[in-house]
Amino acid sequence: MVDTIRVLVAKPGLDGHDRGAKVVARALRDAGMEVIYTGLRQTPEQIVAAAVQEDVQVLCMSILSGAHNHLFPKVTELLKQKDASDILVLGGGVIPEDDIPFLKENGIKEVFTPGTSTEDIITFIKENV
Amino acid sequence: MDIDFQKLLDGVLNKDVRLTSRAITLVENENPESVSMLKKLFKHTGNAKIIGITGPPGSGKSTLTDKLAKAARHQGKTVGIVAVDPTSPFTGGAILGDRVRMQEISTDPGVFIRSMGTRGQLGGLAKATMSAVRVLDAYGCDYIFIETVGVGQSEVDIIKLADLVCIVLIPGMGDDIQSIKAGIMEIGDIFTINKCDREGVERLYTELNMMLDLRDSSEVRPPVLKTIAQTGEGVSEMLEEADKLFYNMKESGKLQKRRKRNLKIEVENILTSIFVKKVNKVAAETGLMDDYADKMSKKESDPFTVAEDILNKL
Ligand SMILES: Nc1nc2c(ncn2[C@@H]2O[C@H](COP(=O)(O)OP(=O)(O)OP(=O)(O)O)[C@@H](O)[C@H]2O)c(=O)[nH]1
Ligand SMILES: [Mg+2]
Repeated sequence: MVDTIRVLVAKPGLDGHDRGAKVVARALRDAGMEVIYTGLRQTPEQIVAAAVQEDVQVLCMSILSGAHNHLFPKVTELLKQKDASDILVLGGGVIPEDDIPFLKENGIKEVFTPGTSTEDIITFIKENV
Repeated sequence: MDIDFQKLLDGVLNKDVRLTSRAITLVENENPESVSMLKKLFKHTGNAKIIGITGPPGSGKSTLTDKLAKAARHQGKTVGIVAVDPTSPFTGGAILGDRVRMQEISTDPGVFIRSMGTRGQLGGLAKATMSAVRVLDAYGCDYIFIETVGVGQSEVDIIKLADLVCIVLIPGMGDDIQSIKAGIMEIGDIFTINKCDREGVERLYTELNMMLDLRDSSEVRPPVLKTIAQTGEGVSEMLEEADKLFYNMKESGKLQKRRKRNLKIEVENILTSIFVKKVNKVAAETGLMDDYADKMSKKESDPFTVAEDILNKL
């Protein structure tokens, strides 16, 4: 039997919408994954603590507020400190094309912008865990 | 990650968060290394107070657990939380959302929170819940709270795991108390009326007390408490009450008795699980299941005879 894939879906930063994150969470669940959902307005410290305690293989974060260049690298940095860089980190939300290379250099494995189908995310996860 | 049970064991006993969480994962996945680890771990367990939090969906179990954890932290105690949510029987997936209500304590190094999907287990818990609790016990948690899935009437497995079971109810349930009393109401050591900022508290309080007065008088009469989990009102009193009960159970020998009973049940469960796996393997290896199905559908055989046939091949 294949081990169940565990994913943390987190919403860092101050923006007050989690519709997108919830859509992703449901899609991953329907694909047979265990999705730990932590709700809105998470600090990087909270996200990393949850990722480590929950022993997830994947961390999906979505940001709409524009703070991604600050918050995403902060999370990957903290993961490194906790010896948890093996967790696959994915970013989503409103992210300009130009920012993507910077994020990838900082440990975000893939960035999914609006319009990406949840199928693509599922496929990416299955191929990369 | 290549990992052996000795490394896991050392990790848990040395309070390494990463290895402890990995240990729980392997336990959940029924990895053979985890069984070796659990064997060695066992003698390091038994120190935690294991408190089950159960009740209908949305009654405030997670919020209450969060506040109970805070109250315990105020006393300098460490806390483990195992929060169980249902797994979809169709996809095997789950959304584990209890952490949403446990935000403030989530970065406290004295608190370890773990979410689990039921993964096909009925009864309100996951198959690996007890083992996960053991890991957290050995890790050194003083209190371990187990939040069950939101229950109806038959999900009473928590009584087989916890030292103490707390039933969370909310006012305005009307006749619901009637409908859930069948199974759930019998397993409560503490009854908590949560959402006491709402209407109907006194009515539920009276009903509950009346019902409890009718219970077997040889048993300890469970207290009925009132909380507002959202604000934390009444929660430290609830923890005090739990501690008091705990103390009494220990003094009277009831705690040891309950733990022994639960250990026996655990052995039965392990045996059943091993046995079922063995039998299913044998059944599959006969390669005859399709033949059997054919025969049964033609009435040349029947399910009982087939089952006996397979058993005889063991
Ligand atoms: N008014 C009021 N609302 C509360 C109280 N405690 C919790 N809630 C709210 O009730 C809702 C459900 O709370 P949870 O803690 O998630 O309940 P739960 O029992 O864990 O829910 P499940 O795990 O889904 O069964 C949330 O919106 C809480 O904010 C309370 O004392 N008063
Ligand atoms: Mg809950």
